[in-house]
Amino acid sequence: MAYESYVLVCGGTACCSGGGDKIVEAFARELESAGLKEKVQVVTTGCLGFCEQGPIVKILPQGTFYVQVREDDVKEIVAEHLVKGRVVQRLCYDPEQAKKLVAEANIPFYQKQYRIVLRNCGVIDPEKIEDYIARDGYKAIEKVLFEMTPEQVVEEMLKSGLRGRGGAGFPTGMKWKFAQQQPKGQKYMVCNADEGDPGAYMDRSTLEGDPHSILEAMTIAGYAIGASKGFIYIRAEYPLAIHRLQVAIGQARELGLLGDDILGSGFSFDIELRFGAGAFVCGEETALLQSIEGNRGMPKPRPPFPAVKGLWGRPTVINNVETLANIPVIINKGAEWFSKIGTATTKGTKVFALTGKVNNSGLIEVPMGTTLREIIFDIGGGIRGGHQFKAAQTGGPSGGIIPPQFLDTPIDYESLAKIGSIMGSGGLIVMDETDCVVDIAKFYLDFTVDESCGKCAPCRIGGRKLLNYLKKITDGRGTEQDIKDMEAICDAMNKASLCGLGQTASNPVRSTLRYFMDEYMEHIKDKKCRSGKCSKLIQYKIDPAKCKGCTMCARKCPAGAISGTVKNPHVIDPAKCVKCGACEATCKFGAISHG
Amino acid sequence: MSEKLETMTPELKAFIEEWKSKPGNLIMVLHRVQQTFGYIPRNIALEISEMLDVPLAKIYGVVTFYNFFRLQKAGKYNVQVCLGTACYLRGGDDIIKEFEKKLGVGLNATTSDGLFSVEAVRCLGCCGLAPVAVVNGEVHGKLETKDVDGIIAQYRKLG
Amino acid sequence: MAKLTLADLRKMREEKQKALDMRDASNKDVQVIVGMGTCGIAAGAKETFTSLIDTLTQKGLTNVLVRQTGCMGLCHSEPTVEVVAPGMPTVIYGHVDAATAKDIVEKHIVGHELIEGKILDKPSVDIVKNA
Repeated sequence: MAYESYVLVCGGTACCSGGGDKIVEAFARELESAGLKEKVQVVTTGCLGFCEQGPIVKILPQGTFYVQVREDDVKEIVAEHLVKGRVVQRLCYDPEQAKKLVAEANIPFYQKQYRIVLRNCGVIDPEKIEDYIARDGYKAIEKVLFEMTPEQVVEEMLKSGLRGRGGAGFPTGMKWKFAQQQPKGQKYMVCNADEGDPGAYMDRSTLEGDPHSILEAMTIAGYAIGASKGFIYIRAEYPLAIHRLQVAIGQARELGLLGDDILGSGFSFDIELRFGAGAFVCGEETALLQSIEGNRGMPKPRPPFPAVKGLWGRPTVINNVETLANIPVIINKGAEWFSKIGTATTKGTKVFALTGKVNNSGLIEVPMGTTLREIIFDIGGGIRGGHQFKAAQTGGPSGGIIPPQFLDTPIDYESLAKIGSIMGSGGLIVMDETDCVVDIAKFYLDFTVDESCGKCAPCRIGGRKLLNYLKKITDGRGTEQDIKDMEAICDAMNKASLCGLGQTASNPVRSTLRYFMDEYMEHIKDKKCRSGKCSKLIQYKIDPAKCKGCTMCARKCPAGAISGTVKNPHVIDPAKCVKCGACEATCKFGAISHG
Repeated sequence: MSEKLETMTPELKAFIEEWKSKPGNLIMVLHRVQQTFGYIPRNIALEISEMLDVPLAKIYGVVTFYNFFRLQKAGKYNVQVCLGTACYLRGGDDIIKEFEKKLGVGLNATTSDGLFSVEAVRCLGCCGLAPVAVVNGEVHGKLETKDVDGIIAQYRKLG
Repeated sequence: MAKLTLADLRKMREEKQKALDMRDASNKDVQVIVGMGTCGIAAGAKETFTSLIDTLTQKGLTNVLVRQTGCMGLCHSEPTVEVVAPGMPTVIYGHVDAATAKDIVEKHIVGHELIEGKILDKPSVDIVKNA
């Protein structure tokens, strides 16, 4: 027995609530009466994405993608598509495209994501160099070594418009050009794989899924700038990525794709690993170089830039993992191809680690210029548990919090900066109404204070002071003057800190002050946290109408804050209450609530 | 100091010899030391100081700068609870508190039987499984506070 | 293996391209690909992998190649498994525990039917194969 076709009905939350289960029944019914029961299998699936257009039905093997399917549409799909083999055009997302008989590339859902960096992740076996080679791997190095001069390689990078994906967005070609122009001699190529932002794992996944692409890219960069030696600075917390890189380096050396005289071209390049040791500041270029040299990872003032004076005083280019993963594709497909993807100022794609209160957390790659709404609702499947979208956070501890009114802003470096956040390395964290923005700002400050290296005063002292103010506010002791002081400290840190960490550490505070001042004011004036996250601001109350005077809560209260006599309503003394919630949990009559 | 003296292993010695001439070797050597002993013992640090010709003060400076290195031995089972953003939003904080409560130790401390220690770590990169705890390299994802008892029991049984 | 020349590399690419597209040299016409990044392994991909191998051995199926790959990006549904079999649409399954892995062999590969409730979609078009 073999089926001829398969009907996939999306069983994601959004589709189900839109009538997905009825559709499954309808298909079973219609197929039975059309006599196709043995030939067509109906299956419910996990979320297929594109949730705003649900319920979604997909027909295999053709891959036709029907949107907003209603129960009464099923009859037509069976009669037209499954019996006669004709696509029901009115149910396609874009009927024009449907006419071309629906190659996958024409389905809108597949166009939301565009995988350049992640092209091999989830496709090849990362521990097999042959798999990588089969998918155009080491083809770019052929082209570079035998058909291009180092100057042409740099020119190609400049033309592509590729900008550093580590966060700051500096043009990669420019970096390479500076290093190339330095006098000949020992130069270094460094890959920054010290992915430190909490909530970000794009680089780890790339290294685990496609390690050879990084080796190839570093070799290309080495050729362009005239370096014979490369280092990958990787977090020790990523044992699997380290293992796969070690395997990959071994294989590449064995085949002569690393080492002396690569492919007989006369160019030699080798790569070594260096482990980070859990210092966030080492994501900063100058601190990272200090760490490779075996020192405490403290940043240095720039200039001199690493491209002029870097590792052991020699010209050094530092590129992030995601930046590098783009490079072989740019060489293979050409700068022009690449520069057509993205926005006016920002070319190519961005990988995001989409996490937090979203249904489909995952690793996604979208063209620059995609909106947050498309990412969170179409790809991410919307907010978990039917909650409301409150804010998104990009850029980790250096980034800002983005409120709902900017959901439709096309994302690139400039647009994000304009609304007070940054692109960052790619963590994209979604929050709902149960998250408190003041608490989130406190979380990030706690992180940066912990990770500040302590070298410069604005970051060391300013960060600590900001954190103290935030603690004061979330404890219910804040004043309006505190807000003014915080704004002044933010400014000072931003202007006077030595490195990127300190300059951006205040961003979570600045952006929340900018968009959620009302919530700060609620904490300060009304001593209230609307999300219920700030436990010290919670007030427990007993509803005298519901309280039966059973004394249970008074006996459970560890602080002796509840008083009352048997069979009479009890009262909580807010001054004594430690907000542990034991009373609410123990009350059988639902008389105790908090807010 | 009353701490136990550790003995340099031949493997470690060989590793140091191999790296001795490479510039910037200190952090790589310290990683190997921690891998061997589970922490950076003072007497070993002294030996390294001589072998690599690096002042002990510098080694101390480096060890204390980086979160990854520890000066005290961890428990046989080191519970690392992730406090990255995704885990924090999904209640990583409560998971830590539950471990502390159930094991009766504070953060970065070891139980008196030497079996468990609890540590808060920055993002482990398993955000899809948030909140996450890692015990000796084994990941436990999508945790709720009620799972903590089971995890402790699982390792206690192994002894 | 000896060091490659340019010609060797090109030859190798061509040969391996065919192999990766389908059929392995050893007559394996079905591929089961398990996502084994950190997240996948943490969610139990190793158990999935073992269960696949065990069930295949039990059934005496020798035409199936089980291999690993990196993260497919579908972190919410780990472990993930892609199944490529002739005469069947290529699909990705999510939340594949040991029992589902058994189902993949018994229902999908042997019985030619899709497994209820576990299918996910490919995240995007392949840029290496398509422009």
